[in-house]
Amino acid sequence: MPLLALSNIRKRYGSNVVLDDVSLDVEPGEVVAVIGRSGSGKTTLLRCINGLEKIDDGSIVFDGKPLPLGGPQLREARRHIGIVFQSLNLFPHHSVERNITLGPTITNEMPLAEAKRIALDVLREVDLEDKLHAYPTQLSGGQQQRVAIARALAMRPRLMLFDEITSALDPELVGEVVKVLERLATSGMTMVLVTHEMGFARRTADTLVFMHRGRIWEKGPPRESFAAPKTPELEGFIRAVLDPND
Amino acid sequence: MSRDFEWPEFLFLLGALRWTIVLSLIAFVGGGVGGLVLAIARTSSHAILRWLAATYIGMMQGTPVLMQLFLAYYGLAVLTGIRIDPWPAVTLAFTMYAAAFLGEIWRGAILAIPRQQWEAAAAIPLAPAAQLRYVILPQAFRIAIPPTVGFLVQLIKGTSIASIIGFVELTRAGQLIVNVTFQPMVVYPLIAVLYFALCWPISLAALRLERRIDAALGIKQHP
Repeated sequence: MPLLALSNIRKRYGSNVVLDDVSLDVEPGEVVAVIGRSGSGKTTLLRCINGLEKIDDGSIVFDGKPLPLGGPQLREARRHIGIVFQSLNLFPHHSVERNITLGPTITNEMPLAEAKRIALDVLREVDLEDKLHAYPTQLSGGQQQRVAIARALAMRPRLMLFDEITSALDPELVGEVVKVLERLATSGMTMVLVTHEMGFARRTADTLVFMHRGRIWEKGPPRESFAAPKTPELEGFIRAVLDPND
Repeated sequence: MSRDFEWPEFLFLLGALRWTIVLSLIAFVGGGVGGLVLAIARTSSHAILRWLAATYIGMMQGTPVLMQLFLAYYGLAVLTGIRIDPWPAVTLAFTMYAAAFLGEIWRGAILAIPRQQWEAAAAIPLAPAAQLRYVILPQAFRIAIPPTVGFLVQLIKGTSIASIIGFVELTRAGQLIVNVTFQPMVVYPLIAVLYFALCWPISLAALRLERRIDAALGIKQHP
């Protein structure tokens, strides 16, 4: 049974259709990389999966249950769905440790001592245990995104969503974040990533999803899709990404 | 016959200064509680709450504080059927006035927090009240310090209006002393100095608080 099943999702802003009949199954442990031009609907798709955007039609089934529309039921589902955003949005007034323990202690009502142990564990997973007591403004963008990953992992989610988390970073900081993502993928985490890191998508993803005009235009194993795109749109996109000066 | 301005007169002014401070403090604290409720209502997702808060704030900001003072004074007298002390009237009027202004100041501070902070809080996933308490309000508090202190200083000076309905705070006490000493150019400058001595340290303390918060969070100092 897939962990996440999207069926015939439609989403529009006014008369503008952003998601058009999107269906996608994600199996436990699967890593799905979503690529496409800006405006193709990939970020909206990701935001729909944890209920930040409401779908107009279709269904989202997570862990065998329809995703609730809102309220405490949606919060309950979100405990198992972590998300990391493109914008650097750690809580600037809290230390790294408090950023991470906030979810476990407040949402899960876990004792603080236990939450602190978890904070140290997840910081180790992103190689930042020495930043436990630092404040976000004292960290580089790459470090902030790694803490954001740790913050999401502290809830022990079953599914992780990543929304272009390296796009706001200076180029030299992308590598350290991608390394953490690769390690997470290897550990068996189920992941859906919207990404512009084509090398990462090719190496690490089990499934490549190419979105175009709000639809899943092409889907398949990344190596095959990159080597032999079936549609001229993906072919054009790959060419544009790999050689921007062409 | 007139008296000179001497120690007893000065002590009378200091005693009245106490009432300026007490009135300002009650209005600020009571108005702070009301203002917080108003600010949260103004930024909530419930349309009725937003409308109620906006209506209250609009009415209070759209009318002179002097008129609110008269309404509280004569209104309370009519309601209770007795000619009352100005004390409850001035505290009620200034508290309601402060609530409206603080509500509007803090609404602005809440709105200044980027949408991404709400989303990050909703993702871990905090309930709406916890999002406010742990993520939004602490950051809004930092932003709100300068305008809040600016308003507090205005409030302290504004309490001088209470003299009109006979509440003996600093300004009213000054008028009384002038009436018996005929030395307005001694008394009024002194009163100005007393207001200044009250307000200036508050502004300084606020600046220090801002710097301390920024330093704790590793935020670079503004010149």
